[in-house]
Amino acid sequence: MNFKIAAVALAAAFTVSAQAQTEIQWWHSMTAVNGEWVNDLAKNFNASQKEYKVVPTYKGSYAESMTAAVAAFRAGNAPNILQVFEVGTATMMASKGAIVPVGQVMKDAGYKFDPTVYVSAVAGYYTAPNGQMLSFPFNSSTTIFYFNKDAFKAAGIDTAKPPTTWPEVALAAAKLKASGHKCPLTIAWQSWTQLESFSAWHNVEFASKSNGLGGMDARLKVDSPLHVRHIENLANMAKQGLFIYKGRENVPEATFISGECAMITTSAGFYGNVAKNAKFDYALATLPYYPDVPGAPQNTVIGGASLWVMAGKKPAEYKGVADFFNYISSPEVQSASHKRTGYLPITTAAYQLTEKSGFYKEKPGTDIAVQQMIRKVTDKSRGIRLGNYVQIRQIEDEELEQVWSGKKSAKEALQAIVKRGNEQLERFEKANK
Amino acid sequence: MEKRVQFRAPLLPWLLIAPQVLVISVFFFWPAAQALLQSFQIEDAFGISTQWVGMENFNRLWNDASYLTSFKTTAIFSLLVAVLGIGLSLILAIFADRVIKGAMFYKTMLIVPYAVAPAVAGVLWIFMFSPSLGVVSYGLGKLGIDWNHLLNGSHAMTLIVMAAVWKQISYNFLFFLAGLQSIPKSLIEAAAIDGAKAWRRFWTIQFPLLSPTTFFLLVINMIYAFFDTFAIVDATTHGGPGQATSILVYKVYYDGFKAMDLGGSAAQSVVLMTIVIALTVVQFQFIEKKVNY
Repeated sequence: MNFKIAAVALAAAFTVSAQAQTEIQWWHSMTAVNGEWVNDLAKNFNASQKEYKVVPTYKGSYAESMTAAVAAFRAGNAPNILQVFEVGTATMMASKGAIVPVGQVMKDAGYKFDPTVYVSAVAGYYTAPNGQMLSFPFNSSTTIFYFNKDAFKAAGIDTAKPPTTWPEVALAAAKLKASGHKCPLTIAWQSWTQLESFSAWHNVEFASKSNGLGGMDARLKVDSPLHVRHIENLANMAKQGLFIYKGRENVPEATFISGECAMITTSAGFYGNVAKNAKFDYALATLPYYPDVPGAPQNTVIGGASLWVMAGKKPAEYKGVADFFNYISSPEVQSASHKRTGYLPITTAAYQLTEKSGFYKEKPGTDIAVQQMIRKVTDKSRGIRLGNYVQIRQIEDEELEQVWSGKKSAKEALQAIVKRGNEQLERFEKANK
Repeated sequence: MEKRVQFRAPLLPWLLIAPQVLVISVFFFWPAAQALLQSFQIEDAFGISTQWVGMENFNRLWNDASYLTSFKTTAIFSLLVAVLGIGLSLILAIFADRVIKGAMFYKTMLIVPYAVAPAVAGVLWIFMFSPSLGVVSYGLGKLGIDWNHLLNGSHAMTLIVMAAVWKQISYNFLFFLAGLQSIPKSLIEAAAIDGAKAWRRFWTIQFPLLSPTTFFLLVINMIYAFFDTFAIVDATTHGGPGQATSILVYKVYYDGFKAMDLGGSAAQSVVLMTIVIALTVVQFQFIEKKVNY
């Protein structure tokens, strides 16, 4: 890794002297279609002016690029801009000496920075309790529901009225199974879709202190009666063969594409893959909810990543970063990005522009994620931002697997998540005093 | 009779071992010392604030039930990997030693897995055993075995043991083959003339004469299972389902490199280091006595 950093630094040193342009190093984790998108953003920005040159570099998965940046920072070679996934947000926020708040960067560069133009569920997530925006929302997504229309037709389910509630999902799953379907429902990102987004969607707390947005002394609350009820329901569905567990993170997505599983809850960012690779008729829908819960459906939580500005760089470089952020937050660029990737438009203006262009009518379902997010958020639904969240997600995966295999009851597992997760939160609080 | 070489100049022996000492210092002693240091600290991800916390990182481990379970998991895993890895490669080596036609081909094929990176090995196995797509899991399904390492802990353990053993077999095989070939043919022929059958010849002549190799491989395989297998776990099960395959070294890797809890990870690696040192000492103290050089 050190060698790579040295190589990048060396390459940077040479190109700077050759072109007398200020280079902005941007480390990201976007691959394939999304990787091309990132490169195009940089290319177009570089073509639009002469002073700065943004150099995007792929640094591995989200976790890998963050580790690489930490190592680079310790060695004094951090990039200017680092893309960090939502799970790492609390860690970045707590690392005050390592980052410069985006609000500050924009203000210093003379831009009028108005956080209210951003979709509130998106901007609120990356804003500190004192109201300062700390990172730049870049590729934001949320959790939605996909189903296989062909499988629905074969099972005799009306595709015009897709299931919107969990009881309806269970019913549809039973019909699918009766028609011979081996995997009626699967779940990707189980902790994100079934615990985090589930909580916000039903306007119940996932953790205290506004799910951690209000301070580092937040503690988990996922053992509430509603959470127990939902996980119990899923466990019953697993027992009956209605819900089939297909692995952690986004591993189950392949089983939807292949047609093996007929329904899936996962990221809105999965749309591009489905649109390109699914050989059957599919549709997108909102995340299911329980109709008897007051306040449901509220809004789903944000996922994806944001751009952080690293500390300890030259003033000219910060000016370049601000120019670049200003460029990519214009409604035109935003709207184009949204259409291209399926990630959320992060400003209201970009959403309106996309709507006006007729894109949502042309590609039905692409506005589901936006609709789920553009709502007046509550303290319980603004987002989830907890320290040591990488470990907590792992704990959630471990405990939920015990439920799906029948080793633990829903209540035991959720209580274990709270207990083990809170140990992580206490530790994070202590390390970041 | 002592076979030790005596140097006249006192500096020369030090000079001769200096390159090795340097390499070990840079790649072992220095990182190990740093791990020891960090195991008494709590640090934020970017290393901006560091606190000395004494034994807290260790106390946390002892109070963590899942960490204690991980010892059992690791013991089972390491034992299976060492015993199966050594046993299978010994069998393969014996047969390869007897082959006359195309011996080179067999030997090459048996050595190939060693050139495969652990993560790639993990991915290969996951392809074969994937519950919905894998060739092997499909075959097992036909036999009435519902293979699902995503939810069945024993299946997951079987999978990582197979991948880890497969990866290590070539190494063991090479040493056993060399060991077998260095046993004088005359000994075996003499035994054959005396009427000893194949099994008896192996058990009373070849196996005892192989004991230095077996002992060496036992130590190496234990160390391999303890330290070198996290990539396989990371590529296949991620320690799941639950914590059924969460071996100690995987936790070290995960907490340190993915979760960036350096203090906690360092404390775990110090524990791991202590265990392996203790095991190696025990092996040299007790098992080595049974070895004929």
